[in-house]
Amino acid sequence: MLRLLPRRAAAAMAIAALTVTTAACGGSSPDASPSAASTKTVTVFAAASLTGTFTEIGKAFEAGNPGTAVRFNFGSSATLAQQIVQGAPADVFAAASPATMKTVTDASLAAAPTTFTRNKLEIAVPSDNPAKVNGLADLAKPEVKVALCAEQVPCGAAAVKALEAAGVKITPVTLEQDVKATLTKVELGEVDAALVYRTDVIASGGKVKGIPFPEADKVINDYPIAALTKAPSGDLAQRFVDLVVSKQGTDVLTKAGFEAP
Amino acid sequence: MIDKAGDPLVTDRTGLNAHLVVERPAFRLDLTVEVADGEVVALLGPNGAGKTTALRALAGLTGLTGGGILLGGRDLTRVPVERRAIGMVFQDYLLFPHMSALDNVAFGPRCQGASKAQARRTARAWLDRVGLGEHADAPPGRLSGGQAQRVALARALAVEPRLLLLDEPLAALDAHTRLTVRAELRRHLAEFAGATVIVTHDPLDAMVLADRLVVIEAGSVVQSGTAAEVARRPRTDYVARLVGLNLYRGEASGHAVQVGDIVFNVSEHLAGPVFVAFPPTAVSLFRSRPDGTPRNLWEARIDGIERHGDNARVHLDGPIPASADITQAALAELDLQPGRRIWASVKATETHAYPA
Amino acid sequence: MTPSATFHRSRPRPAVGRAPWALVIPAALGLAFLVLPLAGLLVRAPWSTLPSRLAEPHVLEALRLSLVTATIATAICILLGVPLAWVLARTSFPGRRVVRALVTVPLVLPPVVGGVALLLVLGRRGLVGQWLDSTFGITLPFTTAGVVVAEAFVAMPFLVISVEGALRAADPRYDEAAATLGAGRWTVFRRVTLPLVAPGIAAGAVLCWARALGEFGATITFAGNFPGQTQTMPLAVYLALETEPEAAIVLSLVLLAVSVIILASLRDRWVNSP
Repeated sequence: MLRLLPRRAAAAMAIAALTVTTAACGGSSPDASPSAASTKTVTVFAAASLTGTFTEIGKAFEAGNPGTAVRFNFGSSATLAQQIVQGAPADVFAAASPATMKTVTDASLAAAPTTFTRNKLEIAVPSDNPAKVNGLADLAKPEVKVALCAEQVPCGAAAVKALEAAGVKITPVTLEQDVKATLTKVELGEVDAALVYRTDVIASGGKVKGIPFPEADKVINDYPIAALTKAPSGDLAQRFVDLVVSKQGTDVLTKAGFEAP
Repeated sequence: MIDKAGDPLVTDRTGLNAHLVVERPAFRLDLTVEVADGEVVALLGPNGAGKTTALRALAGLTGLTGGGILLGGRDLTRVPVERRAIGMVFQDYLLFPHMSALDNVAFGPRCQGASKAQARRTARAWLDRVGLGEHADAPPGRLSGGQAQRVALARALAVEPRLLLLDEPLAALDAHTRLTVRAELRRHLAEFAGATVIVTHDPLDAMVLADRLVVIEAGSVVQSGTAAEVARRPRTDYVARLVGLNLYRGEASGHAVQVGDIVFNVSEHLAGPVFVAFPPTAVSLFRSRPDGTPRNLWEARIDGIERHGDNARVHLDGPIPASADITQAALAELDLQPGRRIWASVKATETHAYPA
Repeated sequence: MTPSATFHRSRPRPAVGRAPWALVIPAALGLAFLVLPLAGLLVRAPWSTLPSRLAEPHVLEALRLSLVTATIATAICILLGVPLAWVLARTSFPGRRVVRALVTVPLVLPPVVGGVALLLVLGRRGLVGQWLDSTFGITLPFTTAGVVVAEAFVAMPFLVISVEGALRAADPRYDEAAATLGAGRWTVFRRVTLPLVAPGIAAGAVLCWARALGEFGATITFAGNFPGQTQTMPLAVYLALETEPEAAIVLSLVLLAVSVIILASLRDRWVNSP
């Protein structure tokens, strides 16, 4: 039931502080690679929404490349991008939006990112759907409590665009810091509806019900991935990216509710 | 003695009648204290004897496990602290540090329902009585020890108690202040109409301040009476030490008292178990066995020597422990050293025997 | 006479002596550790755009909300926490140790989990929240009151622990002295105990207020994030960090400056009062 990942918020705050201090100290990049001589490690920074799928792909990668280990840092794409720009020793970056990837490519730390998957918004309602929500227009009713992601995070930006496209004006009760927090509010029944990704609805395992709506097609979220130019693990990084975009990787993603690009 | 709890007015007795029983692991206090109105009784005893426990039990700060307390005929046994008509002066005074001297004294009357102005008038009158009118606005931190003691006394008296309890009231004062404060305290106690109980381990305080002494050892009363009675006829080593006497328990037949192997000649004519007491100044020391009667004479070993006023006090070991006071000149002449053997004797006229 | 002896003679030391290096060096390191991140913020702060960023209405709104909610939360903590501290320090009852340990739960619990726990109890479908909603029509999540609840929950242990410490350090015989003067329990508490531990309460209130002011996890989880309603400064900072790290720095500095000014001025008043 605690799908909120409490550690994420704490980690994000800690990292935010770290980001600033390392910057002040001249941006020295600490070598965090723990690799013993025998094992080679690939460090993957990935958007939090990829937690389940990438863990699975990581296991497949380790199985297919004996002597390698995949280490993940899941978090908000924006935070991860900041960490990479501040010198975090990442090999691969998988972002939940082209905008956050741009932060990294602008700093010449990654070249030619590939869109490897896409995600679509859905209306999430508690499984008993107490407010009888059937479509985007229902969210505008004053008695319906709606949670959205904050506009600063990708799911929030997508929600704003979708609502604009539908010509619906709503007043949410809260603008959550990330999609998991938004989903938690629905799971606990604190709100009657929220706009989250289809993958999150599926990952909730039936605790919330997803209601697709046509305007979602206009704001499909592209997920770019790139091996970083300063990747400590060298070509192993590219091998991981290759696995993600392969059919094997795509299958894992599709199963979780993502759409092929 | 007090078993009824229902009717508050159990008897028509006045003053304090208390039977205090407090049981704790490894300690039992069981004593009876009777104090008439206007009388001052000192509880005297060594550390750990239970004096303070007795005082706290009277105040209601420590619960009784048995016995009871009557004050002016009213049963206080189950009355909570704040509703007992008592005033208490603590050893370190416990003046409220966040209030002025005046507000400290006004605290009690205020709690008893007086208006703020009325309580302050009462407090000012009491401060004037203890000679501290000018220090009314001073915080306790700026008062000297003697002044703080007087504020504490005024604070306790301002509630117009029927029972005044003082816990080592002079212990926190230096020797010089103590002298003046003691005299002054005596005057205030003489003016106080209710019963007063003082706890002290200082015999001088007890004798100057109290009409009657109650000596407590290990939780029970070992001796009581006026200061003169107690000083003249000590019944325990503790009391004997307090009043500076050598004390022995013996068996009397006529004028002879057998104490161990030694026979004392005494002026009293007694029979059976008795106490024999004599002051250290009554003891004479000799290098060799003096001639004459073998009574009141024994051979001792010198245990230690210390200065005692203008004299030297010689501690003797041997068949009976004793102290002897001799002049510095005699000390030099006798060439006394610890460990040396010596003969000691006491004049029969200076010994004092009384039934045990 | 050795030269070093001459040297010492020529410089009289204070009676207590100089602080030993074994203390001074770790102290300096400790201070640097606390202050350097602040220096980092100051160095990276976008000073040129600072005034325009400060003038943005949502910044002032978040600041005002933060100050108001932290202050109300502190007041609630004092109202409930001081009696709780008194019970823990001055009474004995079976299970007191367990109760004391429970008081520190919000300290140990990750605040976000604390927020979820609050939702489970006070949320619209929570154990108590359900009843509040159906009986009084009160729902706490997504309201400013909810922010206060979340902050009070997280900050209360700071107050309880420091007040309990002060109560334990205060001599209980003052209470006894007051009782012998005829003061009932409540009067003793109000007129003697409370003034004696006032410095401890003040210190606890400061900690409590500071903690409430910086509260993020429980607030965003329980009360959500809506500008003007529940978006306090830490929430604004966090979201600004997603897109504009510089704005986040500005907001942090504002929060920091305001709290330092308020605490420093309060401190002076307390120190000067007897």
